[in-house]
Amino acid sequence: MTQMVPNSTNEIMVKKDTSTGPWLDAWRSFRKNKVALVGAGIVLFFLLLAILGPFIAPQGINDQSLKDRLLPPSSQYWFGTDDFGRDIFSRIIHGARISLWVGFSSVIGSVVVGSILGIIAGYYGKWIDTIISRIFDIMLAFPSILLAIAVVSVLGPSLQNALIAIAIINIPNFGRLIRSKVLSIKEEEYITSAKAIGMKDLRILFSHILPNSMAPVIVAGTLAIASAIIEAAALGFLGLGAQAPAPEWGKMLADARVVLRNAPWAMIFPGIAIMLTVLGFNLMGDGLRDALDPRMKN
Amino acid sequence: MTKREIILEVKDLQTSFFTDDGVIPSVDYVDFHVKEGEILGIVGESGCGKSVTSLSIMGLVPSPPGKITNGQILFRGKDLTKFSEKEMRKVRGNDIAMIFQEPMTSLNPLFTIGNQLMEAITLHKKGWSRKQVKARAIEMLKLVGLPRAEELMKDYPHQLSGGMRQRVMIAMALVCDPKVLIADEPTTALDVTIQAQILKLMRELNERLHTAVILITHDLGVVAETCERVVVMYAGKVVEEGTVDTIFNNPQHPYTKGLIASVPDMRFKKQRLYSIPGNVPKPGTIPNGCRFAARCESVFGRCTVENPSLYETSDNHKTRCFLYDEKGVGVNDKTAATS
Repeated sequence: MTQMVPNSTNEIMVKKDTSTGPWLDAWRSFRKNKVALVGAGIVLFFLLLAILGPFIAPQGINDQSLKDRLLPPSSQYWFGTDDFGRDIFSRIIHGARISLWVGFSSVIGSVVVGSILGIIAGYYGKWIDTIISRIFDIMLAFPSILLAIAVVSVLGPSLQNALIAIAIINIPNFGRLIRSKVLSIKEEEYITSAKAIGMKDLRILFSHILPNSMAPVIVAGTLAIASAIIEAAALGFLGLGAQAPAPEWGKMLADARVVLRNAPWAMIFPGIAIMLTVLGFNLMGDGLRDALDPRMKN
Repeated sequence: MTKREIILEVKDLQTSFFTDDGVIPSVDYVDFHVKEGEILGIVGESGCGKSVTSLSIMGLVPSPPGKITNGQILFRGKDLTKFSEKEMRKVRGNDIAMIFQEPMTSLNPLFTIGNQLMEAITLHKKGWSRKQVKARAIEMLKLVGLPRAEELMKDYPHQLSGGMRQRVMIAMALVCDPKVLIADEPTTALDVTIQAQILKLMRELNERLHTAVILITHDLGVVAETCERVVVMYAGKVVEEGTVDTIFNNPQHPYTKGLIASVPDMRFKKQRLYSIPGNVPKPGTIPNGCRFAARCESVFGRCTVENPSLYETSDNHKTRCFLYDEKGVGVNDKTAATS
């Protein structure tokens, strides 16, 4: 509904009642996207699993029952058991916590470091931009998993180090994204007019440029969580991430390799868990991109 | 009217851009001044250095590649070109404020009007309470003629029309009572009816708050309606300066004459609209002699060789043209001078 408001100078001003701001607009458009909602639902489901894991899981992570080794899925063991007689269903539930923790915290780490470097490079330019950008280029020249393996082999294999490695390899992606965004935003007229009212550089950076460059970071961040989960699983699979007996999904895949012929469920269910979480984040990320990118609006 | 003091004086200002093709002076030895509470118009075609002049005053010339390479900008006798970045920040918004051409992009799309106005106030009024700041913001919105100021505080820029946004920009610029307001083509992006309202508002505010205004425009109509004095710029130089009446009734520089002749006149519909032949020379390819010589109807020998200076032809009227130099007009050029 619109209302017409005449003002003192007879200028007619049209104003919409649905006033809210850009973030709520984005939420409205996201809400209309069914596929993205499914993705968000999957993510939410795994988040709940991660939070409520210990209360939901029928058995503990390391509860072994040697007489129940390698049992197929049944009413007692929904996803079957592994070669130690541990309940795979319970382990997957606990594993959600590890995978999401790695996904979120490594991406948050790389977003924070990448943003700071990207902003400095983009806003100040000159030699500092050259140095930061070249470092990014060098990091991007390595295949990311190779770089992660190198980092882990220096720091020693553990879940925490895998997380740090994943955070490090993602820094240049976010750094370059933010840098390019800052480069375009700093030419906007509202930045010049902020300068013209006497605002400091730092304040312009954090109160004007940073919030305006966040949309693509949120999108890339969501998608990066998906790839971070895969990378964590890959490192776990290679024995460079989470160590036994942690119920990390990649590690579970690796352990199930030897019993693949007799007990395929030991591999299938962790695999499905990885696939579903990644799918969830990817669908959600795509939806966020459609909602946040003004060019995609129609 | 009592004699007013000069508040801002630009002396021999040269702002150059250092490009791959060499140093290009975009503003070349420009002189003018603004008195307290006066509205000064700066007129010229696109690319003649109007905007660079105003950015130079604000210390906002994009650097690199731009740099002030000569001259002084005196605000109340103090040279702004010597100021540090920190000192300049205090001047901006507080003493000299600026509004821009594009009201649609001059506000941050992510924040509410209130948010941005209040931020502008807190920048210079340290120690004000939130309540004071908010009251001031609402007062400013009312001052620029915006209705429902309280509600407007919660609105986002995209919910306002161009005219409303330009009013918000004016409110934001005037929030700390600056002594000089630079308006860089403030009405160019607006349609004509809104344009007239914004100009009227600026005149009213000028009378009420005694803020001196430098109005940069390419629209002679805007100048005639609003300004007291006019500076005409061409290719980085001031070519004519005078009061609005003298400039419009007795334009002296052939360029000013051409500009005035190119304004459409409703009374003579059938006539073909006059246009000055040729284009503004690109910075960097400026010919010897008078910069307007190549397009001038009254050109004569001396014009392509020597550089004319700004000749004072009467009180408050200066022209950069050899036609007004005592020894300037040759025998063959009498007709041109008198026509």
